[in-house]
Amino acid sequence: MARITLRQAISDALREEMQRDENVFIMGEEVGVWGGTYAVTRGFHDEFGDKRVRDTPISEMVIGGAAAGAAMNGLRPVAEFMTINFAMLALDQIVNHAAKVHYMFGGQMKAPVVYRAPGGGGRQLGATHSHTPDVIFAHFPGLTVVSPGTPYDAKGLLKSAIRSDDPVLFIEHATLYQLRGEVPEEDYTVPIGVSEVKREGSDVTIISYAQGLQVSLEAAEQLAKEGVEAEVVDLRSLRPLDMGPALESFKKTFRAVVVEEGHRGYGIGAEIVARLQEEAFDYIDAPIKRVAQDETPLPYSQELEQMALINPDKVIAAVKEIV
Amino acid sequence: MDKETLLDWYRQMVLIRRFEQRSAELYQQGKIGGFLHLYIGQEAIAVGSIAAKAEGDHVITAYRDHGHAIAVGADLNAVMAELLGKQTGVSMGKGGSMHLADVSRRYWGGYAVVGGHLPLATGIALAEQYRETENAVLCYMGDGATNIGYFHESLNLAGVWQLPVLWIIENNNYGMGTSVDRASAAPILDKAKAYGMNGEQIDGMNVMEVYETTQDCLQKIRDGEGPQFVEMITYRYEGHSMGDPLRYRTKEEVEKWREDDPIGVLERHILDEKAADQEALEAIDGEVEERIEAAVQFAEESPLPEPEALYSGIYVEA
Ligand SMILES: Cc1ncc(C[n+]2csc(CCOP(=O)(O)OP(=O)(O)O)c2C)c(N)n1
Ligand SMILES: [Mg+2]
Repeated sequence: MARITLRQAISDALREEMQRDENVFIMGEEVGVWGGTYAVTRGFHDEFGDKRVRDTPISEMVIGGAAAGAAMNGLRPVAEFMTINFAMLALDQIVNHAAKVHYMFGGQMKAPVVYRAPGGGGRQLGATHSHTPDVIFAHFPGLTVVSPGTPYDAKGLLKSAIRSDDPVLFIEHATLYQLRGEVPEEDYTVPIGVSEVKREGSDVTIISYAQGLQVSLEAAEQLAKEGVEAEVVDLRSLRPLDMGPALESFKKTFRAVVVEEGHRGYGIGAEIVARLQEEAFDYIDAPIKRVAQDETPLPYSQELEQMALINPDKVIAAVKEIV
Repeated sequence: MDKETLLDWYRQMVLIRRFEQRSAELYQQGKIGGFLHLYIGQEAIAVGSIAAKAEGDHVITAYRDHGHAIAVGADLNAVMAELLGKQTGVSMGKGGSMHLADVSRRYWGGYAVVGGHLPLATGIALAEQYRETENAVLCYMGDGATNIGYFHESLNLAGVWQLPVLWIIENNNYGMGTSVDRASAAPILDKAKAYGMNGEQIDGMNVMEVYETTQDCLQKIRDGEGPQFVEMITYRYEGHSMGDPLRYRTKEEVEKWREDDPIGVLERHILDEKAADQEALEAIDGEVEERIEAAVQFAEESPLPEPEALYSGIYVEA
């Protein structure tokens, strides 16, 4: 198996899906001639041409809605938001239109659109360009929200997203683009709405996804040196949320830490903790911890920004408080 | 215009008018809930423009959507049942008055966020261009919708990509209680020019004019001239929705517009052209009355949605 970057995995998934189905096309700002702001679609414009790799004006609302409309009328658009921060301009199209038409019109129509959106902090881009607003989107039934933490999952999940009949927001953490991992040559998919244990352990359960997964795995390696074996569960999909592996692991370790890059308040962690206490109350042996972004806007200064973000040390500290 | 067509339009316009009046009664009786936006006064627009559409063309509009549903030929029973929130409604009781659709007739429905359907229309048109068909999209909106960001992004993108969309502005002079001159910095037609379209302003109370203009615009789109824009001047005789205090306009103003009542205009034309006599028109009124009562009866007798419906159809893939 080849070891490729997460960027390459996403790029390969897009290319292979475009080759497989001529109704799949890409639209967004700078996706064509420029080759994608994060170079995910480099070479696509030459390979597929204007019709299937469409540069749009800087118009997030109509990117969100035209992709949904094209999907309603039979195509399989993959719309790229330059970053997830700008997808917030299209929130109404994503949440009120793409995610609602199937239900609201009694099943008469579907909107099989994929929205790709790179995001996340840690790159000194300041308060407006560093959000991890995943939870905002994950709040709404009707939308599917996935966010991979490995190249393998990125490729397989993106293929599932493109083949899904439902609207999917595919969140890419920009600091993971260079992450390498094994990805098979042959066609495969990763199912949406299925969590997975990424590392086995018996002392504590760490639940996370995306960049938080990598932070958690690093923390787990350090903890192992100190004799603490952490089991790391990767959610992969935020909606639908599969609690199965997390619950199973928790019933074995009786301790859990939830790690996410978004803000702590009203976050993914809050949801997971609520589900653990609702569904596994008798197994709680210690407070369930949340490691998340501080409750501040993200500053430019690298030192200050890093203080606010999650890292392995914070995960280790949280684990040590409960084991 | 041949006699049958004129009488058919008359029938449809009276059907919409009576449907709306009957809906208002049902609303007062508490049988219809939520918001109810009546189309009374604007009937010539939906009827005349949809008469000009080819079978493959698409229709999409805002929440004032009963007229378009009826004009595309959606099942009247199912439309009324939707207003009553019944399982037999066009949207299975999940949409209500503001969200009627009949995708089998390429009617993508009514949308309740002002301007929210304009990007969808753009995308529906993109799919037709992508497949290299001759089909166009008729996208209706109110005057108020020309002030929202969606309008500008959608008209711009449709212009850049030369998409087959006909933007139809139903200028009824007001967005809720705010008149056009208090809400739009420039005349609406000028906005078309900003996005590369000439645009046209016509009398939206005259169904013949609406039909002819729509036909011309659709022909231009099919001839490859890109998106088109038409502002149809009209008036809504009732409030914005039920319970509108109507503080923003005078009775005299409403009375003045009643002289242009689109049904009256067509009726005079039919009588002048001797396409039919008063008696024939009254016969149509009678038929319409029966159709409406049958629809109300159907809706009232229809079952409520099953409780399971709440949880079904959130996703296509279970
Ligand atoms: C984004 C948004 N803002 C406000 C509203 C509330 N609202 C509903 S209809 C309306 C007026 C729209 O006027 P116009 O576009 O002229 O259509 P008309 O009602 O006259 O048919 C407003 C402000 C809304 N539904 N959506
Ligand atoms: Mg208006």
